[in-house]
Amino acid sequence: MYDGSKILAGLIVFLALVTFPFWNNFGAKEWKQPELKLPPKEVATQCIESKEYMREQHMKILDDWRDQVVREGKRIYIAKRDHKEYQMSLQNTCMKCHDDKEKFCDKCHTTASVSPYCWDCHIAPKAKGN
Amino acid sequence: MNAFYGLFIVCALALAALVGVGGGGMTGLFAVAIPYAAVAIFVVGFALKVMCWAKSPVPFRIPTTGGQQKSLDWIPYARYDNPVNSRDTVVRMILEVLTFRSLFRNTTAVLGKTPDGKPQVGYFSEKWLWLAAILFHYSFLLIVIRHMRFFTEPVPLPIQWLDWADSILQIYSPTLYQTNLLFLAGLGWLLARRLLYPQIRYISNAADYFALFLIIGIALSGIYMRYVAKVDIVSIKQFTMSLVMFSPVVPKEIAPSFFVHLFLVCVLLAYFPFSKLMHLGGVFLSPTRNLPNDSRIHHHENPWNPKIKPHSYEAYEDDFREAMVEAGLPVVKQLEEEA
Repeated sequence: MYDGSKILAGLIVFLALVTFPFWNNFGAKEWKQPELKLPPKEVATQCIESKEYMREQHMKILDDWRDQVVREGKRIYIAKRDHKEYQMSLQNTCMKCHDDKEKFCDKCHTTASVSPYCWDCHIAPKAKGN
Repeated sequence: MNAFYGLFIVCALALAALVGVGGGGMTGLFAVAIPYAAVAIFVVGFALKVMCWAKSPVPFRIPTTGGQQKSLDWIPYARYDNPVNSRDTVVRMILEVLTFRSLFRNTTAVLGKTPDGKPQVGYFSEKWLWLAAILFHYSFLLIVIRHMRFFTEPVPLPIQWLDWADSILQIYSPTLYQTNLLFLAGLGWLLARRLLYPQIRYISNAADYFALFLIIGIALSGIYMRYVAKVDIVSIKQFTMSLVMFSPVVPKEIAPSFFVHLFLVCVLLAYFPFSKLMHLGGVFLSPTRNLPNDSRIHHHENPWNPKIKPHSYEAYEDDFREAMVEAGLPVVKQLEEEA
């Protein structure tokens, strides 16, 4: 080998960087999805759409709502699931039930390293302990 | 035609993953077996390739004179273009690896006309390739680092900062990453130049297009998941975390489009050590970049030369004096003197 020590050192550093996901979690057995604090039954029994739909699309819904309300003045959302009418509002609809940002929104956003800009304008309501 | 081969293979691979997971029920294969195999091939293949390169002899200094060579003390020389010591060579390497300095010197040949109407070849600086390469490579690096949010808990602050900075324009929700656009812009030009310029099209092989289409496929499948289809990202994190903890779990909520993305990444990893993409490791072993131009300062000995002891003429004559005298050859020391 020629310049073996230098090449080997570089190779080891590279492989250490590449295998970061593995050694970073070395020894851990399992990663559990964050547990969300859902509103109690007497406050609400269902969300505007199904759980799966909300998990995947809530950011799209909020983005659409923002555009509809602010730019077009429309405030009524008709649910895809049961055609019920809801007011398009983060604070008055979503957070009426999911009132604790830290125990609901932030749980997944933190683990997914997402920082939504909702809170640049909106102020999260004080948690009522729902 | 070569472009179609590359495009066809990538489409077939994407379709294989889609059919395999979506309808074929081969989730175990595409979600568990293939990712582990791909990472193993990448790590072992990369290491073996570099070790193989390390075993080949280092050539004689190749003084690619991008600048004035060091000669007399009063002639200023190009320190980083034509370095004579390791320190300056390291600077040259850093500039090469981080800023693609060689590519910055890229020229293009243009057939023009002299003032009196005769055809003449002219060479012009061509920076678009460099720009596309820089955009592509740095975006790719940032995208890979950003993806570490799926493999860490808690997500380290630098990765959170990167995520925040990358989506700082606050367009759309989920927020648009700037690197996604720059990545596609870079890739787009790298592909377009192969298709548009006849000279480059002529020297482009299927492998050149395959690598491009594969990475474009990875980018588009990722963009599709984030901005169009939307996937359950926390379930995906559960899957990726279980994968790196060696106890794979595949939540049912994950959409097939994710597995297309994952499979294309696996293909890229497994293909990497055998392809031109190995310039990732190879750039560090470029003999024209990593060797100082000191062939007039240090004696270079060929490392594979056999060891030959010096044999002076006097010693030679001592060995063969009698035979030389017998053959009538003149000798310095006579036979009598020796005795």
